[in-house]
Amino acid sequence: MIALAILVVAAFLLFVITLWKRRSPAHLREIPAFTKLTHAVGLSIEDGKRLHVSLGHGSLLDARGGSALAGLALLRSVAERTSVSDMPSVASAGDAALGLLTQDTLQAGYQAAGVEDAYVHTMGRVTGLTPFSYAAGAMQIPQNENVSTNIIIGHVSSEAGLMTDAAERNNIKLIGASDNLAGQSVLFVNTEDPLIGEELFAAGAYLNSDPTHAASLTVQDIFRWLIILALLGGAAAKFVGVL
Amino acid sequence: MRVFTAVIAIAVGVLVLLGYFLPQAVSSQIILLDWAIILAGAAALVGILNLVNVHADKIRRRAKDGIYSAVLIIGLFATFVFALVLKPQNAYVQAFVLKGIIIPVEASLMGLLAVSLLYAAVRLLRRRSDVMSIVFIVTAGLLFLGSATLPFGDVPLIGTLVRPWVTQIWALGGARGILIGVALGTLTTGLRVLFGVDRPYGGN
Repeated sequence: MIALAILVVAAFLLFVITLWKRRSPAHLREIPAFTKLTHAVGLSIEDGKRLHVSLGHGSLLDARGGSALAGLALLRSVAERTSVSDMPSVASAGDAALGLLTQDTLQAGYQAAGVEDAYVHTMGRVTGLTPFSYAAGAMQIPQNENVSTNIIIGHVSSEAGLMTDAAERNNIKLIGASDNLAGQSVLFVNTEDPLIGEELFAAGAYLNSDPTHAASLTVQDIFRWLIILALLGGAAAKFVGVL
Repeated sequence: MRVFTAVIAIAVGVLVLLGYFLPQAVSSQIILLDWAIILAGAAALVGILNLVNVHADKIRRRAKDGIYSAVLIIGLFATFVFALVLKPQNAYVQAFVLKGIIIPVEASLMGLLAVSLLYAAVRLLRRRSDVMSIVFIVTAGLLFLGSATLPFGDVPLIGTLVRPWVTQIWALGGARGILIGVALGTLTTGLRVLFGVDRPYGGN
């Protein structure tokens, strides 16, 4: 019952706040990693280099699908912006269904940019179906395909260390976010501007002017404050002996 | 066509979601999830074909490190034929492919990862010398000291007091906070897909 209530309230808030954000555009706080990402997208076109978006190995059939969908939202923006480049972006996935969606998302980005003919289906790749085989396959792309920035966004665990090491050795800029705690700690030590926790899900809002993305950040903030108040209230109630 | 795709995706998403809250929708939820599992299996085949396609293209173009692509394709087909002839449950297939190649290779990658992570931790202060990096390094060092098997036994206080205090209070609290944030992000991302704002299944 609580889960249903949370879902209904979240859906209602998302709808209302989206309408509100359409009238007054959102002012997002600066997150250095996303500022660098925006620059990296522009620079990759000027330098004639690629971006590599690693979407991790999150399955869409379980809870890890959320980070995969957030990664796809970012990929959609990146694909649209870099599709006109001589060196278009490539994306890798460690789950077969996610690989199919990667190709579909890239194609949608090309369609939106009006260059659908330039789309090649091998730009979206499945590099392996286990965490380490995925990492082993994905770490080859920055080494061999003239990549300027590697964006790791999705469900990756400690195997992300292999990918970050490959990027470091080839002087490739790295932006990384994971929903996995081990993955986050690996990315924390390997990136200049780490993205922690829910910042992974903010990527769409920072690259996309769609009000729904900004509204979803506001909904997250509202729920976060409600949870904080509930935790403090629960602790206080326990302290005074009510609970 | 795009609208049709979106309508099907949203309807299926809503039906699966309703299955968690309404007993009447459970049967349709199970059917849809079974279909999703079958489709995921078919997607695995497509994924393998994609993998072969990418690496065959690298061999054709005589790309740098194309030899590894050749090894991958030969290994893939050899495993496929081997398991097709002897069946995947065969003891020789298990011993040779799984225990002889896949597990040792992944274990060696894990060993390589330990070295690269240690190296990354050493470089952390050079890359980003701020308070959080110092806290990270000091905490990691204390936890290593507290959990390492040393010839003279546990380090006094660190193994018995500091390590449990850091892992069970600070780290656990932080991890829960991060996971709550991830759960909220997953919730709103899922709602965006249900509303048809994000359409990873094609279309603009």
